[in-house]
Amino acid sequence: MKKELRLMKGNEAVAEAAIRAGVDGYFGYPITPQTEIIEYLMEANPAETTGMIVLQAESEIAAINMVYGGAACGKKVMTSSSSPGISLKQEGITYIAGAELPCLIVNVVRGGPGLGTIQPAQSDYFQATKGGGHGDYHLIVLAPASVQEMADFVDLSFELAFKYRNPVMMLSDGAIGQMMEKVYLSPQKERSKTIYDWATTGKPATRERNIITSLDLDPNGQELFNLKLIAKYNLIRENEVRYEEFQIEDAEYLLVAYGTSARVCQKSVQLAREEGIKLGLLRPITLFPFPSKRINELANRVKGMLSVEMSAGQMVEDVLLSVNGKVPVFHFGRMGGIVTTPEEVVECLKSKFIGG
Amino acid sequence: MAVVTGIKEIIKPENLVYKKTNIMTENILSYCPGCGHGTAHRILAEIIEEEGLQSEAIGVSPVGCSVLLYNYLDIDWQEAAHGRAPAVATAIKRLMPEKFVFTYQGDGDLAAIGTAETIHACNRGENIMIIFINNGIYGMTGGQMAPTTLPGMKSSTSPYGRDVKTMGNPLKMTDIVATLPGSYYVTRQSVHTPANVKKTKKAIRKAVRYQKLDKGTCLIEIVSNCPSGWKMTPVQSNKWMEENMFPYYPLGDLKTPVE
Amino acid sequence: MAKIKGSIVVNIEKCKGCEVCMVSCPTGTIAMAKEVNGKGYYYAFPANPELCIGCANCAMVCPDGVITVYKTKI
Repeated sequence: MKKELRLMKGNEAVAEAAIRAGVDGYFGYPITPQTEIIEYLMEANPAETTGMIVLQAESEIAAINMVYGGAACGKKVMTSSSSPGISLKQEGITYIAGAELPCLIVNVVRGGPGLGTIQPAQSDYFQATKGGGHGDYHLIVLAPASVQEMADFVDLSFELAFKYRNPVMMLSDGAIGQMMEKVYLSPQKERSKTIYDWATTGKPATRERNIITSLDLDPNGQELFNLKLIAKYNLIRENEVRYEEFQIEDAEYLLVAYGTSARVCQKSVQLAREEGIKLGLLRPITLFPFPSKRINELANRVKGMLSVEMSAGQMVEDVLLSVNGKVPVFHFGRMGGIVTTPEEVVECLKSKFIGG
Repeated sequence: MAVVTGIKEIIKPENLVYKKTNIMTENILSYCPGCGHGTAHRILAEIIEEEGLQSEAIGVSPVGCSVLLYNYLDIDWQEAAHGRAPAVATAIKRLMPEKFVFTYQGDGDLAAIGTAETIHACNRGENIMIIFINNGIYGMTGGQMAPTTLPGMKSSTSPYGRDVKTMGNPLKMTDIVATLPGSYYVTRQSVHTPANVKKTKKAIRKAVRYQKLDKGTCLIEIVSNCPSGWKMTPVQSNKWMEENMFPYYPLGDLKTPVE
Repeated sequence: MAKIKGSIVVNIEKCKGCEVCMVSCPTGTIAMAKEVNGKGYYYAFPANPELCIGCANCAMVCPDGVITVYKTKI
């Protein structure tokens, strides 16, 4: 079926894509700069069309626990928030990871720490990719760099979430959430009628009761579960790495950037090449799993790498680990809600690697 | 099974008047001797059996002594984070309205850390049943002060008795819930005597019926004992409960539907 | 006149000896054993079985569901 072309904000695109993906339930709480998601859904009122439930919870904590409840029934459920709200959700997220439930959490990142700013930032990379809550776990983390990807990644997120029974975070930022771009929207999907054998749907006589929990008081049982999670994360590392490359064929230097920073860095590559500097860009699309293997390969070909993020330097640690000392790696980023300019990136690159 | 029996001639299937429902699993309850949790579980299980709800019941268990509740009733369960059961149940019921959805929570879970979730689920009138076990103490962690601990009552974090000036007053959550427009049936019961067991069972049966009729939130508080936490024998604890808990938390309906 | 007679069966190993059944029994049928079960509890037993009227009070208040009750008219 033909895709529909619309001009939308990233936040609106996520909301519309969720309806079209056949999502069963959205549970949210307002916070800038992502509130358009719940506003859009409330106005669209999909309960009348697809039957999708949209509920404004009393807090981010309640919203993520509603996601837990819905996901445990095998339903396609999601929530969205921005940095301070995502911090509140961490308790629920670790329980969801611990109970191996599929769901989508959208984080339209703003600057921090604390209440910080409402302007875009990429300072929640650690929180998103290294766990975020307590215990050994990972989310699958997708980083959209356009309104189109904010829409497309809804479907992809649920595909991965159900494939691995693992929560997925879409790590966007205030710039992509708020900007308007054209977006091709997929046709309406039917809501799934699948009843999963692990889900709590009421115990029929034909099966044992299903228990959704993250508790195991037996240390041996808990360790076995941790090992099972590690095996799952390794499988995800093996199968689900996604990235995009830009002008790397002859590159002598490499920028590594995701989301809004990756958009800026495309321009930086162009500016650098106008000055005769052979610069390329690698854009991780999955932040967990991180494209470590590819970055390590590229370290054999380039003279240095610059991790560009709107943070004090978070992803740079994963780039350093990937490169494993083969070439110098530096970080460049603005903070406080300031979006890096392409020129700043080129200046930094020159000062670190070329001199002058 | 090792048993002791009364008059053997009477023990025939046709004479059976009471046996443990099959909804209760064979697992040995993790509770201390005489704890009201077990009785409350059994009544709930009996209602599930008698009303034929096994295939449609989805329970949400709390954090606290009854965290392992899912081991004892043979139905589908979700184990919620501390205090979050009403939010979890909200989503289950919204997404699967044809199911029978309930939470089972203690006083710390429901009336302290889960205050917001409790109030808002009830205020939205979520069509769920909440069973609230109030024994005035945190049992699982070893007898600390709860939001429902009585004035002057000793606990491991109020070793000289609850001083309401510095530790606050006991919270009557059930009374608060009864004032909310979304709650439909709110009652306070106990399970320490046969008569009270019957009343509580009747209350749960009502809540089941109301949920089928989509009436809104039903909350059943069960004032219960904690022999270990209160440092008494089970029989003493039930007497202490009658003399001290009931005056503060009087039994009876707080909100009944106009039918 | 028909007389109602009852009888109980106590699952010894599941009993925790809380005595709640004993105090709820209207006829004094139940007492606590002088010996302990495998968990070390003095379990409940029908010490005066002839007094049992099968009212099921004991079973209703038993937190651990260890009592089964039978009743007949004689």
